[in-house]
Amino acid sequence: MGEKAKGFFVTGDPLIYGADVSIIITLLGILVFLTYFKKWGWLWSEWLTTVDHKKIGIMYLVSSLLMLFRGGVDALLMRMQLAMPNTHFLQSQHYNEIFTTHGTIMILFMAMPFMFALFNIVIPLQIGARDVAYPFLNAMSFWLFFFGALLFNLSFVIGGSPDAGWLSYPPLSELAGSPGPGQNFYIWGIQISGIGSLATGINFLVTILKMRAPGMKLMQMPLFTWSVLSSCITIIFAFPVLTVTLALLFVDRFFGAHIFTAASGGNPMMYVNLIWMWGHPEVYIVVLPAFGIYSEIVSTFSKKKIFGYKSMVFSMIIISVLGYFTWVHHFFTMGAGADVNTFFAITTMAIGIPTGVKIFNWLFTMFRGRITMTQPMLWTLAFIPCFLVGGATGVMLAAAPADYQYHNSYFLIAHFHQTLIGGVVFGYLAGLYYWWPKMFGFKLNDRIGKWAFWTWNIGFYVCFMPQYALGFMGMTRRVYTYGWDMGWAPYNLVSTAGAFLMGIGFIFQVWQILYSIKHGERDLTGDPWNGRTLEWSIPSPAPHYNFAHLPAVRSDDSWWDMKKHRYGAAGQDEIKEYAPIHMPKNSGIPFLMSACWFVAGFGLTFEWIWLGIAGLAGIGICLLARSFQRNTDYYIPVDEIKRTEASIGRVV
Amino acid sequence: MAQSAISMDAPQEHQHDTFKLLGFWIFLVTDCIIFACLFAVYAVLRTHTDGDLTGRELFEVKGFTAETLILLASSFTSGLASLAMHKGSKKQLLGWLTVTVLLGLSFVGLEITEFAKMASEGARISTNAFLSSFFTLVGTHGLHVSFGLIWMIGVMVQIARFGIDSLTKEKVTIVGLYWHFLDVVWIFIFTVVYLLGVM
Repeated sequence: MGEKAKGFFVTGDPLIYGADVSIIITLLGILVFLTYFKKWGWLWSEWLTTVDHKKIGIMYLVSSLLMLFRGGVDALLMRMQLAMPNTHFLQSQHYNEIFTTHGTIMILFMAMPFMFALFNIVIPLQIGARDVAYPFLNAMSFWLFFFGALLFNLSFVIGGSPDAGWLSYPPLSELAGSPGPGQNFYIWGIQISGIGSLATGINFLVTILKMRAPGMKLMQMPLFTWSVLSSCITIIFAFPVLTVTLALLFVDRFFGAHIFTAASGGNPMMYVNLIWMWGHPEVYIVVLPAFGIYSEIVSTFSKKKIFGYKSMVFSMIIISVLGYFTWVHHFFTMGAGADVNTFFAITTMAIGIPTGVKIFNWLFTMFRGRITMTQPMLWTLAFIPCFLVGGATGVMLAAAPADYQYHNSYFLIAHFHQTLIGGVVFGYLAGLYYWWPKMFGFKLNDRIGKWAFWTWNIGFYVCFMPQYALGFMGMTRRVYTYGWDMGWAPYNLVSTAGAFLMGIGFIFQVWQILYSIKHGERDLTGDPWNGRTLEWSIPSPAPHYNFAHLPAVRSDDSWWDMKKHRYGAAGQDEIKEYAPIHMPKNSGIPFLMSACWFVAGFGLTFEWIWLGIAGLAGIGICLLARSFQRNTDYYIPVDEIKRTEASIGRVV
Repeated sequence: MAQSAISMDAPQEHQHDTFKLLGFWIFLVTDCIIFACLFAVYAVLRTHTDGDLTGRELFEVKGFTAETLILLASSFTSGLASLAMHKGSKKQLLGWLTVTVLLGLSFVGLEITEFAKMASEGARISTNAFLSSFFTLVGTHGLHVSFGLIWMIGVMVQIARFGIDSLTKEKVTIVGLYWHFLDVVWIFIFTVVYLLGVM
């Protein structure tokens, strides 16, 4: 970090010059495209100012896939560095930066937005609502995430990337250990997007509690909705802790305070406790919705009601509560004493129980079901053994005395990648394949998808199984390079090969999307999978207002019930009169206000006080401007609803 | 259920008003957690004075008692404002909000004076861990109050311009809730920071 103070732009590394050039070319390409095809107005009115949850979901999705690419490139660079002993492919400083940004990007700028993409696209449709509870705030959340991610990624070419690990423990992350702006980029990038995440948590909790279709009781909600509810509750309790922790670290760095410093009475371990009070619930925040997705998919493609619905709900709620009481297992080695470590070891192992209940329920749902092997189902089936092994190694790590051996070894690395890739990424990809037709009106190609599936899966095991062994052989995380005498070389080489296989899997997926845009099977029915929940009762993609009539729900698996008994949207009811639909108006304020946050964050990162104050003033003006707006909604007239419904082939 | 659930388009949108209040309550939960963390940090670090400058030497009973009484009074006047609003009296509403804002301003003024005096005695945020956590906790509360003042003035301008209607009523209710919340937080600061500090 020391040399970063020298210049505003990061210099001296050919890889970064290459990135500079590609960033400039991409930006110019986008500018030329928008200008040449006169798309600026379209961009502003259709996307930048939209408050439509479906469009916001798509923007989250695109951003998260881009971030998956960036985080994936980071991973491949690391694996190349580690493939052979004594390699100097990367400079050691560059290596530190890359493992830091890989972790931060994958959790906060890939997993979180991917999850929010699915929240946005699915939840209102699944509960039979026309939007979320606070559409304006929803747009705000997205743009805060977007500009937070932008700020974080900017550090790569301006000022220098953070390099103190993905959770940036002090004292290393304090001013004395990390004097450059990199660590400030970390703080403000995450802080800004974190405020957005917190708002999303509140937004979807209220949406689910208050905006369900008439007749839908809590215990009739689809399991994905339940999983989002439990995830949102966890967000509401966990994210404020992150906000405080990052703010305190910034206070230390900016004002020279001594909260987490090693000198003048500060307590670095307090940071570690606080950050994991957010960090551990965070992994449940991202995995619970994945559990919900698996439940939807297993039930749909086994043609059966989910086995043990109530136990599914209870186990999710138990996980979201217990998840708040396990944080110390990340640092049993702190030396808190046997009693404290015992408490956290037991709570950690206890989480295995509700998770095990869920696994059995998925298996029993498939048992004697009529299973169809679609792409979403494939990823779900791959998840079960993968997550089982990941969970079992987790229980091994939870045994506190044994953890003194595994702590920060590659055994741990293999464990959490197995739960986060095998549990979270597989789940989100399954969800992506499952709801893709609902978003865009066509299915993703099956043949290319299977290539992607197998390269991803084989690559995963080839990459991470050797890492368990490496952990036992004493390889610790974040080592820059190692010697031949360690005997780690063959395992590392195999692991690198696996990582590249996963990279190829990702390329297959990009190809699959591009191919399917042109050749994908169109979904004209709105119900391509013979689904069970309300999102399949409307056309694909859904019209702007989602439901011309709000559906009247009588049971769980409500769309399945409507199809079976032929009522509601599935026909038979007398045709109802349309009523004008109340919708929120678009607004440019979320975009502008988040841009002001970006300016403020950038100013505070470089400690240019004037710019920070200008940004904060901009935020204040945007807040006041919004407060003074009085006509923030409108009605869609009946004529327009009739026209739209007719154009998508629905009976008017 | 099936019979009653024919056309429920209307109720959903009327509920939008209560959504805001519910959302704000949940926001207060998150803000509560923020303060809880800051209190925890303070509780850990309050004895970490690195050899000098303890709370007993620094805190002045007169100053923080005045701050407490002023903020409590402002919470009371903000309550009177909401009573005036329910009576429909725009003039009284604006009057009580003005009193609230003035009390809030004097609270912030006193706090700034207190901080400045401490700093002049060499008790700065960078002096030791105890003072770092003190300034962060009390300062965060002070920032909340300052933000609330700007917000309340914004709401007053809207009442002056648009009168008392459902929109401005909701805004007064929410800003009032926020104001009472800050009062509750201050009670804890008064007890945990100042009273325990001088004992």
